[in-house]
Amino acid sequence: MTARGTSELVGEGQTLGVALLLSLLGIAVIYSAGQVDIPTTPDRYWVRQAIWLALSLGAFLAIRRVSLGLLQWVAPWLYAISVLLLVFVLVFGVGPGGSWIELGVGRFQPSELAKMATVLMLAKTVTRREARRAGDRRLSRYAKPTLTAGIPTVLVLLQPDLGSAMIFPLLLLAALYWTGAHPLHILWISSPMVGLVAGATWWIWGIWFGVVLLSFRLGPVRPFLSEGVAVLIANAATGAATIPLWNSLRPYQQDRLLVFLDPQRDPRGAGWNLIQSQVAIGSGGAFGQGYAAGPQKRLAFLPERHTDFVFSVVGEELGFVGVAVFLFLFWLLLRRLLRISAVAGDSFGGVAVFCLLAALTAHAVVNIGMTIGLFPVTGLPLPFVSYGGSFLLFTFAALAVAQRTAAEA
Amino acid sequence: MVVAVNGRMSERERSQRLTGAEVALAVLFGGLTVAFFSIQIGETGEFSVLASENRVRAVAIPAARGLLLDRHGRVMADNTPTYVISSQPGPLQEFSQALGQLREPLGLSEARVAALVRERADRPFQVIVVLAGATFEQMAHIEERRPRFPNLRVDLLHRRTYPLGAAAAHVVGYLGEITEEELADPAFAGYVPGQLLGRNGLEARYERRLVGRDGVRYVEVNTLGAVVRELPGTVEAMPGQDLHLSIDMDLQQLAHSAFPRDYAGGVVGLDPRTGEVLVSYSSPTFDTNLMVGGVPQDIWDGLLQDSQRPLLDRVVAGAYPPGSTFKPIVAAIAMRAGAADPGTEFDHACAGGLPLGNRYFRCWDSSGHGRMNLVSALVESCNVYFYQLGQALGLEALLQGAAGLALNGVTGVDLPFEQPGNFPLSTAEFDQMYGERGWNPTVAEWNLSIGQGENTQSVLSMAQLYASLATGRPAPEPRLTRLAGAGDPPRTSGRDLGLIPEQRAALIGALVDAVNHPDGTAYEHRLDRWEMAGKTGTAQNPAGEPHSWFVGFAPARDPKIVVAALVEHGHPEGETHLSVPLAARIVEEYLTSMEQMAAR
Repeated sequence: MTARGTSELVGEGQTLGVALLLSLLGIAVIYSAGQVDIPTTPDRYWVRQAIWLALSLGAFLAIRRVSLGLLQWVAPWLYAISVLLLVFVLVFGVGPGGSWIELGVGRFQPSELAKMATVLMLAKTVTRREARRAGDRRLSRYAKPTLTAGIPTVLVLLQPDLGSAMIFPLLLLAALYWTGAHPLHILWISSPMVGLVAGATWWIWGIWFGVVLLSFRLGPVRPFLSEGVAVLIANAATGAATIPLWNSLRPYQQDRLLVFLDPQRDPRGAGWNLIQSQVAIGSGGAFGQGYAAGPQKRLAFLPERHTDFVFSVVGEELGFVGVAVFLFLFWLLLRRLLRISAVAGDSFGGVAVFCLLAALTAHAVVNIGMTIGLFPVTGLPLPFVSYGGSFLLFTFAALAVAQRTAAEA
Repeated sequence: MVVAVNGRMSERERSQRLTGAEVALAVLFGGLTVAFFSIQIGETGEFSVLASENRVRAVAIPAARGLLLDRHGRVMADNTPTYVISSQPGPLQEFSQALGQLREPLGLSEARVAALVRERADRPFQVIVVLAGATFEQMAHIEERRPRFPNLRVDLLHRRTYPLGAAAAHVVGYLGEITEEELADPAFAGYVPGQLLGRNGLEARYERRLVGRDGVRYVEVNTLGAVVRELPGTVEAMPGQDLHLSIDMDLQQLAHSAFPRDYAGGVVGLDPRTGEVLVSYSSPTFDTNLMVGGVPQDIWDGLLQDSQRPLLDRVVAGAYPPGSTFKPIVAAIAMRAGAADPGTEFDHACAGGLPLGNRYFRCWDSSGHGRMNLVSALVESCNVYFYQLGQALGLEALLQGAAGLALNGVTGVDLPFEQPGNFPLSTAEFDQMYGERGWNPTVAEWNLSIGQGENTQSVLSMAQLYASLATGRPAPEPRLTRLAGAGDPPRTSGRDLGLIPEQRAALIGALVDAVNHPDGTAYEHRLDRWEMAGKTGTAQNPAGEPHSWFVGFAPARDPKIVVAALVEHGHPEGETHLSVPLAARIVEEYLTSMEQMAAR
């Protein structure tokens, strides 16, 4: 092992240390989330989460040994399998939203596997030689990456799991950003996604369409005619799909989005959750109500205490100090991942780690932000803390890929 | 090591995108820190007050349940304002003190107070009801002393009341509290614990339509529990839809008062043209007003343990051998199969019975009816004639005819808990029941021909069969509601006697004579002003005296009402049928009221 490798091993200790600390704190919070004063069924979530943590550590150690070359080779296969599983879950899915596969011993959410597979596949396609030929101004060289992210987006959207579906376009943007795509290229590729949102109101969509059209003429880079037309057609298509897609959402999902726009809309349902979460966090003050002692949580005012709103328990019981510690630990870990991708540059590993970093950041920021109403309640779990095995596995697998990249860089 | 070379990216660009990412991370996490700081340090006071006193309360605005209206728009199920006094979570001592002061004004017994205190101790975090159905004075007593009772709440609620009460118990049904199993059932999404829902009759059958949707308003309350201000976000309640019934309240009331006292049974009247149920009454009955929102345990136990089973709706779920009221059906099946026509006579004149092997099958009139044809045998209800008719028809043909009329099916009425009739559809069923050698086809055939044997029907089922006879068309499905637009045709059932006009006319003629001819079995209760067609029935049963049946319709040539009445054990040996005067009064009352309405 080279001297550099040794220094990275020290780094690995730090990464794993922070991750373990967050996971153990997470189990403690999940335990606390189960401590309520109303009679409920015996609550063993924290035990199950501990078992998942042990499994995740095993996965970390195993994946840590897999070379980037092998990962790159296995990426298409993994991607194909996860797409098949996403199709499978659409037909045979169980659990809330039908997004789990029953394994007999437990449930498994294929969208988490798809996140990892898509990251590896994206990293592979954007670092291909033809995707980065010098002086290539063609937009079409991003077609493969766009398709790579697009397929799981649509499949997960059909479940429908809006929160997870959002992650795949984000992975694409992260990959493009990290490989130095021109900002206007990124704009054009992502414009159909914006069109999808803007399509709710025809004149807003019209303005957006005009902006895209103008950027063709006024920007420093210009698309080829056929590419420009393709972008416009894609915008028109997604704009037209907005209303049917909205109607296909389950009422509770529509509620969540509308409540984000107007929290008073459904104060007893989704709005009530947000109000109770804010009251819990606000009443935590600087030092909190004490571990396992939060009255809002104890009286079961807090909804989804183990998953979506697990951070509200942190806010209520550990106060701003506890919140700041969690935020600092997350920042420390994410920044460490950024360092690794910076060292690895725009190689396969560097792009993969940057995409994983983007995904973890999105999960953490959106989940924490939604407890105080900064983001809509999308059901994205909080890394290391929210109860849920598939996602914990994904998180530790991501760390393993990062560590491997650090070691090979 | 993979060294990627991107010709277009300079070192400067690389460090720019790294810096960009660093800044993004810093902004996101810095922003979150600031946001949490402002909530947890800046506004913590306000939130702490909200949390510790739980000052925001969601108050449900109950949706008014749809009313049940009779065919003339009179209310059969109403919402009456009433006050409910409940206890919010709070200190146990304060609660027992409050109860001590309120014991007299609220009229609570010592035992009730003790039970409430125990409940409060057992369920410290739930709202418990102290007194449902409090008066205005009791409400005022608490509100005037508000500060003394911070954790007591008084809500104005609407209590379901049933003006007809026991007279329409089975048809209207009642409300009961939703169970935990139902709450877990996705079919009851949107229901909340403690909510009342239809438990029987139309209240249950049309729950979805009646229930409406609760609204909610948000209020900030002070430490005394009094509302200090309304918060925005009110969602108005959506009231349930009213249900327009085909029931005639007067007729229903009449059925209740005219039903023979202390007898069990049921009576139903329907319009044979549309299937609209005009009256449907089952005896014994119970007062639905006592049932709403928690029936006292002793009353409930009494209803469940009563050997007369008052909760059973005998009109749709009773299973009775139809006796002689089934003879016109057998006659119709025989005529349709070509086994007989109205004038057919058989070898044996009635001498009070007919031997079969070493058994002797009796006619009800032991002195004998003499020579009979199909019409006179129906008028006088001669069993001996029908034994021979059954034999001429043959068991297979009889079972086939019964299958064509779906005699083992339901009427399709819009009430819950309807029970299908029993009738074997093939000889294989007899083999199953008794073993291949365990039964005699001739005995089975003779018994079925006079409405005994392996045949039980509900009261409504018999009314539906006669509706087909009355109109000469497939019988409509009975309906208690008039939901559809006036132009919608009634839904027809598969029950169609399918007679040609001459056969039907002869059959109706026989039933007219059965009521209006001095030899007829129902002559005593003929109507003065209308020609009623009908058939009495005496159903032998192992439980005691025979049941008394009457099924008929009027006016015979232009039927406006079919009525079926059954009185359990209502035809004691040597006495008159108790079902006939009941049915006759209902028909008379209905036709009279129709006449009056037409005159107006």
